[in-house]
Amino acid sequence: MAADRLAENVMHFGRVLRQAGLPLGSDRLLLALEALRQSGLTRREDFKATLAATLVDRAEHRALFEQAFHVFWRDPDLLGRVMAMLLPRAEGRASAPPPPENRRLAEALFPQAPPGAAPPPPPAEQRLEFDAALSVSERELLRRKDFETMSPAEWQAARRLLARLGPQLLERRPSRRGRPAPRGRLDWPATLRAQARQDLAPPHWRRPRERLAPLVLLADISGSMERYSRMLLHLAHGLANPQPRPARLPRIHCFVFGTRLTPIGRLLRQRDPDLALAAVSQRVADWSGGTRLAASLHAFNRDWARRVLTSDATVLLISDGLDSGSEADPGCQQLALEARRLRLSCRRLLWLNPLLRYEGFEPRAAGIRALLPEVSRHLPAHNLASLEALVELLCN
Amino acid sequence: MRPDSIDATLEGLRAQGYVAPRALGTVVFLALRLGRPLFLEGEPGTGKTELAKALAGLLERPLIRLQCYEGLDLAAAAYEWNYARQMVEIKLAQGQESREALARELFSRRFLIARPLLQAIDPPDGRAPVLLIDELDRADEPFEAFLLELLSDFQLSIPELGVIRAAEPPLVLLTSNRTREVHDAVKRRCLYHWLDFPDAARELEILRLRLPGIESALAQEIVAVVQALRGMDLYKLPGLAETLEWSRALLELNALVLDPATLTSTLGVLLKYQDDIARLQGSEAAQLLARVRQETHGG
Repeated sequence: MAADRLAENVMHFGRVLRQAGLPLGSDRLLLALEALRQSGLTRREDFKATLAATLVDRAEHRALFEQAFHVFWRDPDLLGRVMAMLLPRAEGRASAPPPPENRRLAEALFPQAPPGAAPPPPPAEQRLEFDAALSVSERELLRRKDFETMSPAEWQAARRLLARLGPQLLERRPSRRGRPAPRGRLDWPATLRAQARQDLAPPHWRRPRERLAPLVLLADISGSMERYSRMLLHLAHGLANPQPRPARLPRIHCFVFGTRLTPIGRLLRQRDPDLALAAVSQRVADWSGGTRLAASLHAFNRDWARRVLTSDATVLLISDGLDSGSEADPGCQQLALEARRLRLSCRRLLWLNPLLRYEGFEPRAAGIRALLPEVSRHLPAHNLASLEALVELLCN
Repeated sequence: MRPDSIDATLEGLRAQGYVAPRALGTVVFLALRLGRPLFLEGEPGTGKTELAKALAGLLERPLIRLQCYEGLDLAAAAYEWNYARQMVEIKLAQGQESREALARELFSRRFLIARPLLQAIDPPDGRAPVLLIDELDRADEPFEAFLLELLSDFQLSIPELGVIRAAEPPLVLLTSNRTREVHDAVKRRCLYHWLDFPDAARELEILRLRLPGIESALAQEIVAVVQALRGMDLYKLPGLAETLEWSRALLELNALVLDPATLTSTLGVLLKYQDDIARLQGSEAAQLLARVRQETHGG
């Protein structure tokens, strides 16, 4: 009967993990039981390794599993308390808990809007009406309008115009110097088929493989940047989920940062852009807080650059260059250093800066002055027209 | 030889020069028992590829390695028809009577070039190999979908020939460096294990096992330095391979103990980024050594 108890407990444990946010099918639980029969129950560490190998399949879930295992198998009757302990953790699964000062800061700065709240989408009927009613001149006005000052309806319209930019970007030419090879490899199957029909058929050629250079997006989501970054995330979402899906798709990696860097590529896979962005704001604890630009770039360079950047990659850095961590580093040497490292690991580093919307913009802040010599281009990104120009630039 | 317990697995791997932590031994044992592929993730230099080699040695099976890269396709991974040979055969048969026979022959095993995946399922000498699919995250996503059939049923469908099934399933190891998340459907068919850098005790054990001639004091210092480096905020942390390489370098230089000058002059063996090396030049290296020495002698 011990086996029955074990099965029951493993199932129970599986439910706990599932509630804590591990995507766990019943096939995995059955596999775990089968594996336990093989590895035996004599040693606790074997038992744990067996469960880990069968129930976990992603690096970021390991910490959660460790905790759940520790609590559950010490005293399974404490389930109620286990749940209470696990549930709050489910939100910030992979990473360390956010430094508390951001939240407080965000709430102090924006008392009326909770951090991470998206502008409410208008009802569907209204949306359709608006779309149809958008005339050419209105569209032109919209193109020039600053994202910061848009009304919710204008915001929605801009978003839809932006969604159309995505596919355009995907049509850019492959990343080869000059013209791609006119013909690819010999296509043997096609050639043979032709020869079977006709004795001396000309050889067939396979189309050369075209590879698109990867695109990396680093978006600042601090208070001053929130609106612009949100718009760029919409662009990123359009790029990650183009409709219809083209034959070749460049790899797109998205990260957001405020006080720390968060990869959001997986969250953007959600089809619906609003749901995707909602998932991002839920995952990211530092919306609308301060920026630690140098530290975030450092985290990217250390943990991600080697994994996602190839020598032909384009990096889009969306930030106003104002680093709140700069008291400790007045000359922003650290920032310059990290920016140079980033610049050296990709083909071009494009800095999109909404501050460029001001006519007489001058790089006065130390962070901006440190960043400026290290980037390939310094571009505005405050309205649709500037984003269109960006897409144009990326296409060529 | 198939180990019949976790302890036997650990011992067997040790005899191959691979010191595995117990959790890894458990997972390997399970993979063998349940006939499931093993999916390994972890920092570069934690011994993912080495494990496949050690397992091949332990099980006395050949190792077949498929290195993934962007654009890897079926022709390079699984099989390809030998078109040139088919063409020659057609030309030779022209004018002869046996056209029917040739047509039947043309898509037979004789004209099939087996690439790693087909070799693993249908080995020429009949012994099921260890199949290492290295750095799966580098391949394109369609390739993962293709792997599904192979990983769950150990079979391959070739339209012209039919289904080729493995008589004895190979032991499959997949590794990933996490440049992107591998699809859940692939992972669901596998046992998962995350490989960490070894702790000091295990690293010392590995070092002594691999380089039996090394002085005990030097080995301890080497391990302490590497462990301290892994605690630092570096772009690329030194892996196990770097530890071994560095120890060999120090042996070549006839170093008996570590001093700051030797450390700085051999840093290029351990660290591969100029920024990291620059951080350790000068006084930093001496401080690190002093700290390490205090720890090893104090504890």
